[in-house]
Amino acid sequence: MALLEVTDLTVVFQRRGEAPFTAVDGVSFAVEEGQTVGLVGESGCGKSVTSLAIMGLLPRRGVRVSGSVRFEGAELLTESPRQMRDRRGRDLGMVFQDPLSSLNPVVSIGIQVTEVLERHRGMSRSKAMRVAAELLDQVGIPDPRRRLDEYPHQLSGGMRQRALIAMALACQPRLLIADEPTTALDVTIQAQILALLSQLVRDTGTALIMITHDLGVVAGLCDEVNVLYAGRVVERAARHELFARPRHPYTHGLLSSIPRLDAPRGERLVPIRGAVTDNIPWTQGCAFAPRCPNVLEKCLDVTPEMEEDDGRLLRCHNPVRQEVPA
Amino acid sequence: MVTTRKERVDALARMSTDDREGEAGVSLAVSAWRRLRRNPVFLVGAAIIGTFVVVALLSPWLAPHDPSEWMLADQVSKARNEIPPPQPGHPLGGDQVGRDLLSRLLVGSQQTLMVGVFATVIGLGGGLVLGTLAGAIGGWVDSAVMRLVDVMLSIPSLLAAVSIGALFARPSQFTVILAVAIVQIPIFARLLRGSMLAQRNSDHVLAARALGVRPRAIVFRHMLPNSLGPVIVQATLVLAVAIIDAAALSFLGLGNPDDSVPEWGQMLGNAQTVIDSHPNLAFWPAGCIIAVALGFTLVGESLRDALDPKNRR
Amino acid sequence: MITAPATSTTESTVDSEVLVEVNDLKVHFPIKRGIILDRTIGYVYAVDGVDLTIRRGETYGLVGESGCGKSTLGRAMLKLVPLSDGHVVFDGTDLSTMKGEPLRRMRRRMQMVFQDPLSSLDPRQSVESLLVEGLRAHGLDRGREATGRRLRDLLSAVGLPSSALRKYPHEFSGGQRQRIGIARALAVEPDLVVADEPVSALDVSVQAQVINLLEDLQEEFGLTYLVIAHDLAVVRHIADRIGVMYLGGLVEEAASDDLYAAPLHPYTRALLSAVPVPDPVLEDRRERILLTGDLPSPAAPPPGCRFHTRCPWRQPTRCDTERPVLREVLPGHRAACHWAEDIRAGRIKPHEVRPELVEEEGVPTVDESLAGPTSVTEALGP
Repeated sequence: MALLEVTDLTVVFQRRGEAPFTAVDGVSFAVEEGQTVGLVGESGCGKSVTSLAIMGLLPRRGVRVSGSVRFEGAELLTESPRQMRDRRGRDLGMVFQDPLSSLNPVVSIGIQVTEVLERHRGMSRSKAMRVAAELLDQVGIPDPRRRLDEYPHQLSGGMRQRALIAMALACQPRLLIADEPTTALDVTIQAQILALLSQLVRDTGTALIMITHDLGVVAGLCDEVNVLYAGRVVERAARHELFARPRHPYTHGLLSSIPRLDAPRGERLVPIRGAVTDNIPWTQGCAFAPRCPNVLEKCLDVTPEMEEDDGRLLRCHNPVRQEVPA
Repeated sequence: MVTTRKERVDALARMSTDDREGEAGVSLAVSAWRRLRRNPVFLVGAAIIGTFVVVALLSPWLAPHDPSEWMLADQVSKARNEIPPPQPGHPLGGDQVGRDLLSRLLVGSQQTLMVGVFATVIGLGGGLVLGTLAGAIGGWVDSAVMRLVDVMLSIPSLLAAVSIGALFARPSQFTVILAVAIVQIPIFARLLRGSMLAQRNSDHVLAARALGVRPRAIVFRHMLPNSLGPVIVQATLVLAVAIIDAAALSFLGLGNPDDSVPEWGQMLGNAQTVIDSHPNLAFWPAGCIIAVALGFTLVGESLRDALDPKNRR
Repeated sequence: MITAPATSTTESTVDSEVLVEVNDLKVHFPIKRGIILDRTIGYVYAVDGVDLTIRRGETYGLVGESGCGKSTLGRAMLKLVPLSDGHVVFDGTDLSTMKGEPLRRMRRRMQMVFQDPLSSLDPRQSVESLLVEGLRAHGLDRGREATGRRLRDLLSAVGLPSSALRKYPHEFSGGQRQRIGIARALAVEPDLVVADEPVSALDVSVQAQVINLLEDLQEEFGLTYLVIAHDLAVVRHIADRIGVMYLGGLVEEAASDDLYAAPLHPYTRALLSAVPVPDPVLEDRRERILLTGDLPSPAAPPPGCRFHTRCPWRQPTRCDTERPVLREVLPGHRAACHWAEDIRAGRIKPHEVRPELVEEEGVPTVDESLAGPTSVTEALGP
């Protein structure tokens, strides 16, 4: 049994006086113990909403969540808010994009870390302080004892993100969800945080869901990658398969539209036409059809299903055949 | 088959280059208005204000009697504390000297509206000048203006209005307006300066500078119009406060001493002496003041929501 | 090996090939505190002694991490922020002493494209009025018909339909807004376009559209670009020559291919090795130079080489006392490192660096947006 099994997860936002908006449209994936799974896509593809739905952090009003999210066999979607509160921090940890706004500005780092330890692991104050210092040390914050007394604004962006990771890991959760954890950081700091995450995953055996728009981040970190477009997974493959031979025109398009450090210079980029919002509804055909270079008549009328093909799952009527020049 | 496919794909490609027909664009003001129109809070507020304005404009014809005529004077008795009760032809009864209360309320709306609007317009005008000076020129002008504003704000507004009102030898409706207006100036000035400063550091002002747009055009075409949103919202909220302040001044006897021209605050003030025995004399003007102030506040709040860029779609 | 274009530092001022020359440029923002009177309690050394030249028709890329002063340098080259010291010579004219009307008229020749296409467009202006504004400011508005034709040409050059004229910025997608921003810059027929993070606010799949557009327009109109970005892959793709900035100074400058093939400065090496590449095979066997610690505050830059606090190649002498100058180490390849030759030859090996604490306390974080005009006339002086 997988550690986390997401089946047919659908999230519909219903706003007053407007048509309902389906942010996540039947997403299924599984995370095995100790595995790192990537959710990749652009703004509006539903990757962040998926993570919030798993964490039970979506507002109750105006949001309809259906499908199933099973954690060690237990259904999370039907659990009470109280049960979910107990799970968050203990079983499920989360790291957000903006480390400054995710920390309480008027409470010291020490209190924020020990809070988790006292609540979920029932530690005494002094024990929690000691463990908190160890945790900060573990995530590479120099002089951790002093940092415990400091406030978020006194730390740099990279250090704040480390502190957040320490908080997320405080109770040794089985699953860590990182939502664009390095997007707000500089590239040298990003490299530090990614190295830290992959080391932690190796050392503690925590499973990781990595949510990002940056294919480069995924390439070095994830065992399996899910590419999302307009609320659905369009391609899922092991990372070596995916990057060596992207089959979905969207994945392929993304890879050939970004400038790469490892490619010869002077080649013209091949952009994907249109904007992220130029979709047709999935119920009508393939949402990517209006932007797709491989579009067929069928794509406009028949919704493509997820099908096993070539050692991967693919949602496409006319996948890319040729190999990408490495 | 081939052609149909090609046509449909081409149509899709066109759709994705986003030429969604040649309809004219929707400006910010228009889209704010569209949101406003659907907001029940705004509709209720606007209905209250609308009723109030219509009544004020038509009051000479709406009022059943002359508001200054002591027509029920025979029913008044100082000694026995008798004041004309509601009766046929006088649905709200009369006041302490026997004038028709309903007519006085109706005609009184004119004065109240005038005081509120003029005080706010003068306050807004003064605030715009000071705020623009401070925000656009900055430096020592900014410091000087803002210190002045700080001093003005440090005095409680009603106290300041009372002091200003007391400065004039003969209180009149004009002194009330002036006193209330002067109290509003620093509020507008500070608000405008704040948003002008934010505009000054904004990307689009930098873009205009980089483009070589003349400084005067930058201030008046880019900085000022984009700073006005919060000021307009404030103006509607201040209108409510101005009406209450003006009423308070009149109540305290710093208003127009000539009570032949009715005004709600002054009516409320006069009713004070008989409030134990005849609360209805105070109830009606007080209720009107509250209703109007509420109307402006509702409109102000809904305007704030509509102009909030976060709500833009 | 790629032959680097010859640089003649001595006679560059008269060189007609050079469009912009920056000499020892410094931009220091005062940090002010005080209730009644603002006292200056220190400076943010945003740009602290930069020399560079941009040749006509080339694309110069400026990379660095946030707070390194790259945006401020770009703005200083357009004289949008006050210069503390040094010179910016644009096509033979020294901008550093220029102000008022002559500077305003000069602005026609040097334009800017911004990072956030929405905030850099006045939300109250229709696209037409946005584009006409520059024409009016420089007396290029020659009658209704001619202007109308010009605007339609501009829009088609950036790939927008002419129906866009009547619309407002909020009605467009991010990529289209950036096209409008580019059209506005091009309206006044500039020689130089400074593009500050032109694609970083856009969706990945849209970035390539804008990058290709910038390339096409350069060819069509013979533009010179200064492209400022934190994304090294983007800069490498678009730029002919690249300057790497660290804490207010240029630490390395070279032709694009040279810089990526053989970086000389330790910081450039670390930066390049930190960029994730969408290729798992490469990612797995890549050697990463992980920098420890954080960027020191630009209000209190370290003495000597600014990078010595984080440098894995730091040596016991010179690094912490003597600030290295940007010098030509290889032909056309400049680096500001005392030990560049030794590092290149492998005579110095990297070692572990103990992270130093960077105190955020007491020093305002440098927000590029706050590093705008600090007073008065500055803001309005053209």
